[in-house]
Amino acid sequence: MTTVFKKTPVLTDTIMHYCPGCGHGIVHRLVAEVIEELGIQDRTIAFVPVGCAVFGYKYFAVDCVEAAHGRAPAAATGTKRVNPNNIVFTYQGDGDLASIGAAEIVHAAHRGEKITTIFINNAIYGMTGGQMAPTTLVGQKTTTSPYGRDPEHCGKPLRVAEMIATIEGAAYVERVAVDCTPNIIKAKAAIKKAFQCQIDGKGFSLVEVLSSCPTNWGKSPAEAMDWIKSDMIPYYPLGVKKDRTNE
Amino acid sequence: MAKKLMKGCEAIAEAAIQAGCRFFFGYPITPQNDIPEYMSARMPKIGGCFLQAESEVAAINMVYGAAAAGARVMTSSSSPGVSLKQEGISYIAGAELPCVVCNMMRGGPGLGSIQPSQGDYFQATKGGGHGDYHLIVLAPSSVQEAVDLMHNAFDLADIYRTPVMLLADGIIGQMMEPVEFHEHEQKELPAKTWAVTGWKGDRPRSIVNSLYIEVDELQEMNDRLQARYKEIQEKEVMVEQYKTEGAEVIVCAYGTVARICKSAIALCEAKGVKVGLVRPITIWPFPEKELRAVMAQPSVKREITVEISAGQMHEDVRLAINGMKPVDFYGKPGSYTPTAEEIADYILKTREA
Ligand SMILES: Cc1ncc(C[n+]2csc(CCOP(=O)(O)OP(=O)(O)O)c2C)c(N)n1
Ligand code: SF4
Ligand SMILES: [Mg+2]
Repeated sequence: MTTVFKKTPVLTDTIMHYCPGCGHGIVHRLVAEVIEELGIQDRTIAFVPVGCAVFGYKYFAVDCVEAAHGRAPAAATGTKRVNPNNIVFTYQGDGDLASIGAAEIVHAAHRGEKITTIFINNAIYGMTGGQMAPTTLVGQKTTTSPYGRDPEHCGKPLRVAEMIATIEGAAYVERVAVDCTPNIIKAKAAIKKAFQCQIDGKGFSLVEVLSSCPTNWGKSPAEAMDWIKSDMIPYYPLGVKKDRTNE
Repeated sequence: MAKKLMKGCEAIAEAAIQAGCRFFFGYPITPQNDIPEYMSARMPKIGGCFLQAESEVAAINMVYGAAAAGARVMTSSSSPGVSLKQEGISYIAGAELPCVVCNMMRGGPGLGSIQPSQGDYFQATKGGGHGDYHLIVLAPSSVQEAVDLMHNAFDLADIYRTPVMLLADGIIGQMMEPVEFHEHEQKELPAKTWAVTGWKGDRPRSIVNSLYIEVDELQEMNDRLQARYKEIQEKEVMVEQYKTEGAEVIVCAYGTVARICKSAIALCEAKGVKVGLVRPITIWPFPEKELRAVMAQPSVKREITVEISAGQMHEDVRLAINGMKPVDFYGKPGSYTPTAEEIADYILKTREA
């Protein structure tokens, strides 16, 4: 019998707590596979966020640090500065990174910190029960925008990848989605490139991943994937926003 | 080594480096800017790292990350900035990481003043951030003592896996005094087997974390912390007793104020009144037993706490003395530093009352 799929050893055997259809599980696997393929498991340090991925340290089979809400880029900076040979990545949600941690991510990029950030944009605060995030779409109903996000009242959603790409210290920035197989394959390639960017010492790298939260979107897993395509991608265009990895 | 005239902040920074600190993350705020400035000049020369963070919030989280990686790391700030660090300090306490935080206290609340103050005693000794934790808090009363305590600070942090705070009033930071950098004995310290350095399979994975979602697991962590605090209280109290034997009045003060109290004691002595001083060097753990023993002397009639605050340490003094003898407080909140004459007058007046 030929093996067609094998779980990467960079994921532990612990059963994940994510809801059915949640994008976090997919992205965890992609990140772990990339770490395996690049042969960096023994020197990678994961910084997990406060958000649904808070238990990431149970899943990534590498040394892990649980950071305070939004502060992972600062904490990761501390570790990377101590051991520059470590491959240090942060894994952060959109409440974590784009709201409370906006300063930390901007300045990690601004310093050209040689770390990698995997940014999960699911347009919502998943863990706390579906409140509005800076990335929540206009008109999107959440528990704190029950009539739909009103841009007059709280602005229009923040495009993080584009914003970070404007910062000199950012070497590689791409937005991907995990709504369908072709996009998942592209997402993995982007994540791999982002880690390679760090290995090569080029500067800060960030991959924004449009991801599903069926539970708080009030959708089935299949509907949630469709909604990424129909509603998120038009506002958050996929693609490379910055690439100076060849410089 | 010969004595050198140095500004407090610079001496503290140099002492930290000599104690093995190689990582410093901070954000400018008066009156402690000479610490980051000194670090920024020295660290690159000795293979260390000084990084100016985008905020005190970021700085303390960089400390968290560097401590997680096993480094000797410190940050410094002054009152408003230390308030911003409290979330991070709580996480560091919860994750059981060693680090040193320096607070050059200035007047508050709010933006307050840039003059010296002792208004952050509660914040420093009662935890400061959320949750049931303590820092070891060292309160120098001279530049020399600050220098000497810096070695203790890093060792204590490593031994007890806890953040240690050097709590000084702005006077200590800004004053110039002759200092000597002594050779310190290299203590045998526990290996940092818990540090995140990359998992090669030869040890369990290192996970630096303060999340314990199950009630019993969180309880276990808290029990571990409390046991450690108890041990610290038993073993690490530092206190100076000055002319306490046979004294009629005991003054309790820390930091620069304690030095002014010594001058006040001389003034009282000239008037024939015997006054002694109990000066906590560790304000957490607070020298409860030591103060109680001094107060129990038959000669002692009363206690007077002197602080640049509304009477913050005075609460710990009262808890320690627990009604055994009358207590009194002299001082003002904000930034007013009392003179020796004012303190002496107050001592003599209350004594007669
Ligand atoms: C200082 C602080 N503020 C608020 C919270 C509560 N909190 C926990 S997770 C979270 C939002 C998480 O949303 P996001 O970052 O988008 O992650 P997701 O769960 O969607 O993956 C918030 C506000 C906290 N833990 N700490
Ligand atoms: S709440 Fe949303 S983001 Fe969180 S695990 Fe469930 S689906 Fe995923
Ligand atoms: Mg989210």
